[in-house]
Amino acid sequence: MNRVLRISRLGAEGLKLHPLRSLLTALGIIIGVGTVIYMLAVIEGRAAEIQERIKARGSNNIILRAKKPADDSKAGTSRTREVVYGLTYEDTVRIRETFPAVEVIVPVRDVFGSVYSGESRTDTVTMATVPWYLDVARGQLLAGRWFTDVEMESCTPMAILGHEAARTLFLWRDPLGESVRIGAKVYRVIGVLEPTVTSDEREALKRDRAIYIPLSTVRERFGERNVKFVSGSMDIERVELHEVLLRLQRSEDVVPVAAAVEAMLERFHANKDYEVDVPLALLEEAQRESTKSKQLFGSIAAISLLVGGIGIMNIMLASVTERTREIGIRRALGARRRDITTQFLVETLILSVVGGLIGIAGGVGASALHEQLVADSRTLVTLGSVVLAFGISALVGVLAGLYPAVRASRMDPIEALRHE
Amino acid sequence: MPVIELRDVRRTYRMGEDTVVALDGVNLAVEKGEFVAVMGPSGSGKSTLLNLLGCLDRPENGQYLLDGKDVATLDDDALSAIRSERLGFIFQSFNLIQSLDVVRNIALPLFYMGASDETCEARARELAGRVGLEQRLGHRPMELSGGQQQRVAIARALSNNPVIILADEPTGNLDSRTGEEIMDLLGVLHREGRTIIMVTHEDDIAAKAGRIISMRDGRVQSDSGAGA
Repeated sequence: MNRVLRISRLGAEGLKLHPLRSLLTALGIIIGVGTVIYMLAVIEGRAAEIQERIKARGSNNIILRAKKPADDSKAGTSRTREVVYGLTYEDTVRIRETFPAVEVIVPVRDVFGSVYSGESRTDTVTMATVPWYLDVARGQLLAGRWFTDVEMESCTPMAILGHEAARTLFLWRDPLGESVRIGAKVYRVIGVLEPTVTSDEREALKRDRAIYIPLSTVRERFGERNVKFVSGSMDIERVELHEVLLRLQRSEDVVPVAAAVEAMLERFHANKDYEVDVPLALLEEAQRESTKSKQLFGSIAAISLLVGGIGIMNIMLASVTERTREIGIRRALGARRRDITTQFLVETLILSVVGGLIGIAGGVGASALHEQLVADSRTLVTLGSVVLAFGISALVGVLAGLYPAVRASRMDPIEALRHE
Repeated sequence: MPVIELRDVRRTYRMGEDTVVALDGVNLAVEKGEFVAVMGPSGSGKSTLLNLLGCLDRPENGQYLLDGKDVATLDDDALSAIRSERLGFIFQSFNLIQSLDVVRNIALPLFYMGASDETCEARARELAGRVGLEQRLGHRPMELSGGQQQRVAIARALSNNPVIILADEPTGNLDSRTGEEIMDLLGVLHREGRTIIMVTHEDDIAAKAGRIISMRDGRVQSDSGAGA
């Protein structure tokens, strides 16, 4: 062991003799490893962002949404049209009775129309829903409270404001105890929500701007019609429920139940006026996607490391030829074959390992720079990618160094001494 | 008992289609403390003989007893060990490692014997002093004259306290004046009791040795000290 260490020192000295050459030789590995780290960091960062976004919508949730069916009758025949579509209370009852795996059902109806507080006005969606909405949608109260079952039952006109809606309507005043007017009706503000924490900005904006009221008050006061004015014509839409959130106890039920729910809806709806959104399925899809891109970029990186390895082997072969005389002298003075092998192998190992370390540092640096320079980007350097890149570079070093080193050790000392 | 004993040693080389007989049944015995010059025209087999004696090569037939031990059948690692522990080499073209300084060149055989760094350093300094290079310890071979380089090589050949010193035309690359200094140095070593075998083709150099062996066509043609 001691002998191997002493011989290894020769390898290190050999590199120090030609610092520039050593650096250039290692460059292939440096760039290869750096690229691996950087590309994996970008992919991982993007995957983590997507996963977080999907998880924020609840990985145990199934989201059913009303969707206006494709319009067959050409618009313009009548200036006033009435369209009936979307999910119904009947659907929720059927789901509750058919699927015991569904733990909670949250119906939501969007109410369109301006919301006023004194002179302040906001054009926003009012979401009419149920007392347990907040829990399933993963919202947090900043102040006040959500409405109770009793208030739901008694159709008490109360409103909870999204963070942005509260700012728009009340500026810096405390909205609690104040009232807002939605259409002709007045609601008392009993709560304000925290800003939504999710990297899905559209979803966050929608929730922060929304106003939440008990679903019972809408059925009673607004009837079932939403009236929209679209470029001169009037659309009357009749939608019972715009959204139904289903929360399941166990995540392994999510995908099969979603399929069964969809099959059921298909049977009871003449048109496809709904869509089924399964965050978990998206999550799995996203994970498959990121695995695929990792494989793709992994193979590109493997090629660049291979090129780096060939570069090292090339230089080492040249170096062995250039140092034939030295090899002959060392052999004549008592170096064994494996001493020569060790000396040259250590040189390539140092080149590739040090190159690997520099490459890791470079890759981490490039990832950090990427976050700074590219807006809205996130990178994630995982321990796995570092270990992988380092392991591969060490392996490349051994493989690229082995042949030149063995060739050096196989030289006939007599021939080597004669070499000019 | 002789230090070196060759018994009917044969060595052939393949040169393309032909087989060249380099050594054709050589018998030779060298006693401890002898200074032997091996002479002969090129192709006479004297270089092959020296390579065999230096354990850089193995005979095809016959025996080579070094200090009473047959080395003809040893494997490569064992021959390496013998070279580092028992032999000293001096070459015509010095064969110093250009990237190492004087001290480390001298200590090279000790390094491969497994001596500690301190031992290598101390022994190399002592030997550099003996060959008159105490002022040049940190120099690289390129910074030394030919004579100085050959002194480094001689110090190196002494570092492992070898049983025999093998010299291959030690003055061949030197001017006659420097060559004479080197021969004087070898003469001193001889008088100290070292066994030296030297290949040369210069008569006046060979004359400094106590025994002259002439070779021709792979055989010993004449041996001034045979049986002595």
